[in-house]
Amino acid sequence: MADIVLDKVSKKYPDGTVAVHDVDLEIADGEFIILVGPSGCGKSTTLNMIAGLEDISSGELRIGGERVNDRAPKDRDIAMVFQSYALYPNMTVRENMAFPLRLAKMDRKVVDEKVGEAARVLELTDYLDRRPANLSGGQRQRVAMGRAIVRSPKAFLMDEPLSNLDAKLRVQMRTQVSRLQKQLGTTTVYVTHDQTEAMTLGDRVVVMRGGYIQQVGDPQTLYDQPRNLFVAGFIGSPAMNFLPAEAEESLLRTPLGDLPLTDRLRASLARTGPAGGARQLIVGVRPEHFEDAALVEDSQRPKGFEFTAPVDLVESMGSDKYVYFTVEGQRASAADLEDLAADAGGADLPPQDSLVTRLSAESRVRGGADAKVWMNLDKLHLFDPSDGRNITLTEDKPGAHAD
Amino acid sequence: MGAKFRWGVLDAVVVVFALIPVLWIVSLSFKTTATLTDGNFIPREWTWENYRTIFQTDQFVRALVNSIGIALISTLIAVVLGTMAAYAISRLDFPGKKALVGVSLLIAMFPQVSLVSPLFDIERNTGLFDTWPGLILPYITFALPLAIYTLSAFFKQIPWDLEKAAKMDGATQGEAFRKVIAPLAAPGVFTTAILVFIFCWNDFLFAISLTSTERSRTVPVALSFFTGASQFEDPTGAISAAAVVITIPIILFVLFFQRRIVAGLTSGAVKG
Amino acid sequence: MSVQEKVRIPARRSPRTKAVLSEGKRQERRLGWLLCAPAAIVMVAVTAYPIIYSVWLSLQRYDLKFPDQKEFVGLANYATVLSNGYWWSAFGVTALITVISVTAELVLGMGLALIMHKTVVGRGLVRTSALIPYGIVTVVAAFSWRYAWTPGTGYLANLVTPDGAPLTERAGALAIIVLAEIWKTTPFMALLLMAGLALVPDDLLKAASMDGASWWQRFTKVMLPVMKPAVLVALLFRTLDAFRVFDNIYVLTAGANETSSVSMIAYNNLMKGLNLGIGSTMSVLIFLTVAIIAFIFVKLFGTAAPGSDDGTRR
Ligand SMILES: Nc1ncnc2c1ncn2[C@@H]1O[C@H](COP(=O)(O)OP(=O)(O)O)[C@@H](O)[C@H]1O
Ligand SMILES: [Mg+2]
Repeated sequence: MADIVLDKVSKKYPDGTVAVHDVDLEIADGEFIILVGPSGCGKSTTLNMIAGLEDISSGELRIGGERVNDRAPKDRDIAMVFQSYALYPNMTVRENMAFPLRLAKMDRKVVDEKVGEAARVLELTDYLDRRPANLSGGQRQRVAMGRAIVRSPKAFLMDEPLSNLDAKLRVQMRTQVSRLQKQLGTTTVYVTHDQTEAMTLGDRVVVMRGGYIQQVGDPQTLYDQPRNLFVAGFIGSPAMNFLPAEAEESLLRTPLGDLPLTDRLRASLARTGPAGGARQLIVGVRPEHFEDAALVEDSQRPKGFEFTAPVDLVESMGSDKYVYFTVEGQRASAADLEDLAADAGGADLPPQDSLVTRLSAESRVRGGADAKVWMNLDKLHLFDPSDGRNITLTEDKPGAHAD
Repeated sequence: MGAKFRWGVLDAVVVVFALIPVLWIVSLSFKTTATLTDGNFIPREWTWENYRTIFQTDQFVRALVNSIGIALISTLIAVVLGTMAAYAISRLDFPGKKALVGVSLLIAMFPQVSLVSPLFDIERNTGLFDTWPGLILPYITFALPLAIYTLSAFFKQIPWDLEKAAKMDGATQGEAFRKVIAPLAAPGVFTTAILVFIFCWNDFLFAISLTSTERSRTVPVALSFFTGASQFEDPTGAISAAAVVITIPIILFVLFFQRRIVAGLTSGAVKG
Repeated sequence: MSVQEKVRIPARRSPRTKAVLSEGKRQERRLGWLLCAPAAIVMVAVTAYPIIYSVWLSLQRYDLKFPDQKEFVGLANYATVLSNGYWWSAFGVTALITVISVTAELVLGMGLALIMHKTVVGRGLVRTSALIPYGIVTVVAAFSWRYAWTPGTGYLANLVTPDGAPLTERAGALAIIVLAEIWKTTPFMALLLMAGLALVPDDLLKAASMDGASWWQRFTKVMLPVMKPAVLVALLFRTLDAFRVFDNIYVLTAGANETSSVSMIAYNNLMKGLNLGIGSTMSVLIFLTVAIIAFIFVKLFGTAAPGSDDGTRR
């Protein structure tokens, strides 16, 4: 077991593509860290560099304090689980799991013992003599995990290990992976493009985009204090609502109406831009920060803003309701939002002219009619459309600086 | 039951259609000289005489040695060269790849007879005429497109992730190749070797044009020269026996490797 | 945690530096060339050079019986060949054999492909039997057919033509040559078509039958369009292959009674006539004909031509 440190690590592929830019990351011993981001953002490249399957173009990689840039994968003592599972089709489950131990020239008896133990943990004992071709998707996935855990490596690397499973199995395996990691306490770097997986699994989550780290933090911090538009839109399902806005003296013009500027927002604006004059912004509100105006307690009411809009669609989830509203007017536009839209798989961005709200199950709102909705101004984020940064983050929060 | 019966009948027709000419030549090879011309499909008197005769003549034995030697050497070289090229085509990116694929396609369609006149002259001038290498060279050339197509189709199916996985499991580059990739590539190489062997074994045009003596004549050519050879009064029985002998390896291949041959032929030709 | 991360909005994409090739890329290229070189050299040396050489030979008077009279004669050899009745007869015979046998093979091959694809009984047996004609030495099969049709010796001769010798008349001989060709190559055609059949999704056929399509409609409207590339590939290869017909004719008739194909007549010129000039002229003409056929097919193929992709298609 060991910690892993990436110190200004970059990757430039032979064809000139720079897939990873100066990544700095410290992964603590025993930590479960998730790399998440849209497809093509450099997650696999980063993982492969840690594995030793790709050369590091510049920067330093340290595992357990030692620089390992120039070590072959086999000398790094790291195990990896591939998206395709990469099981050896010509070997049985037993042989697959024993393969790394065999290569390490371990004693046959020890090998049998370790394979048996791993198979027991993963409930594969009955399948040891089968070939991968005769296993189900979930079983293959477990064999791949088994091959990784048998030799008790310093760290596990997993590249989208669950993305070939169907939705239900994926949820099951997610818990199993999580439990296994806690049980073994082995440092784990896990790559996924699925934000739900990232939020549920990781101790900490690294959001990447275009080869750059966007934000590192525990799931709740990423959710509550997204550093920029990209992170805000990527994390959370359904995604945050974005609306174009214009800040004036004491109010914020939005397609929903003119919002009053609370002290918090006023302070943010003052801190980050020149005083006076109209300023273009993007407002971000999470679906759960809306409520049916009829159900808001009177004590809460002044903290928010009420507006009326036509209801497009109501989806009842039992515990609450997703209500979609049509919003007239312009759309919010920024480079970050385009990137998010381009990656339809990652974030569940709503269609831009619609507002997604999550209201109490008791709400009587109905499709086709107008409804009065309350929006919590305390939870509102303001983003600068030119560079995407979140200007409502206060100074004292770590990592609030943006250059 | 009705459907099953209909399929059964159709299958039987196919099997009969495919096997009758083979059974006929087998039958002829076992007939005695007296019954050879009776026109019966099944011999009324069985004899090994024809086989004994051909194995006692130098003409056939030499030809058999030539056939086996030339086909094996050609197969070996074509498969080695084809494997190298197919690996490059399926795994590496380099300019000229398309050109190579195009050239092999052209050669696969090339009329071999167009080469007979010039090769005849070139080989006579270079001393290759009527030698093993004189036949091996054109065989390799025309087998290479087949080998390259079939092998690249096979190689594209190998999950190359496994190479990475093996390295992560602690294998060196060499071990990854030996223990993981080679076992997966072997069936494709083996299948290709069978197809190439069949191709070389089958050739008649080059063999009859570029040889003139027993030194390098292969069996198909020797068969056609049995006619009129003085030691045989009626060569039919001997020709049939010789024909059966060179059909045996083909039958064995087909019986044991039916699946692979089908996979090889179709992957090479369709998925290209 | 003390990590100092930076939020950066990347420039849309780092512009690719095309001019300078990195070391890794260059190594990959070099390895690629190195691995392909032997195959490429052999293929080009054994085909390109001889074909150029034969163009040159075709412009010479060059008869091995009179080697001293070798001289440049321009296109005279072409005039000789193209005004020769035997050449055109052979050309006609070749075209006839090609058209009839390929058409028949396509129809029978499609039937055989369907049988091999669909049959519920003895699939392995059918496939194994079908492979035998493919694998067997053509000369062996040709002898089998020859003896079968030889009066007295043959079961077929006695059965079908009790008082004739089909191999000694032009029509009969040609029919037998075509029969031998069809027998030998239908299985190959069927295998290629079967690979095409495997590409037809079962769901598509089910959907079509739900939509009320009859068996024939499903075949022509659903299966054939999906199989079209496979059919064209099979047709191209078989047409060019049939155009080279030689072994069967050599054994069955040796070209007697005007049953020579172009390959046969070119071979005879070389081996019997020892006339390299005329032989080479024929080689060039055959090459051109094949090139034209291939060109027409490739036009028909469009993008479905094998090798038209860079090998990334799976
Ligand atoms: N071998 C390679 N050569 C060149 N570019 C590559 C190579 N592998 C990946 N890339 C590029 O690097 C970027 C990051 O890829 P990757 O790390 O695989 O993304 P992710 O795993 O996040 O989807 C992509 O733009 C991809 O096209
Ligand atoms: Mg990836």
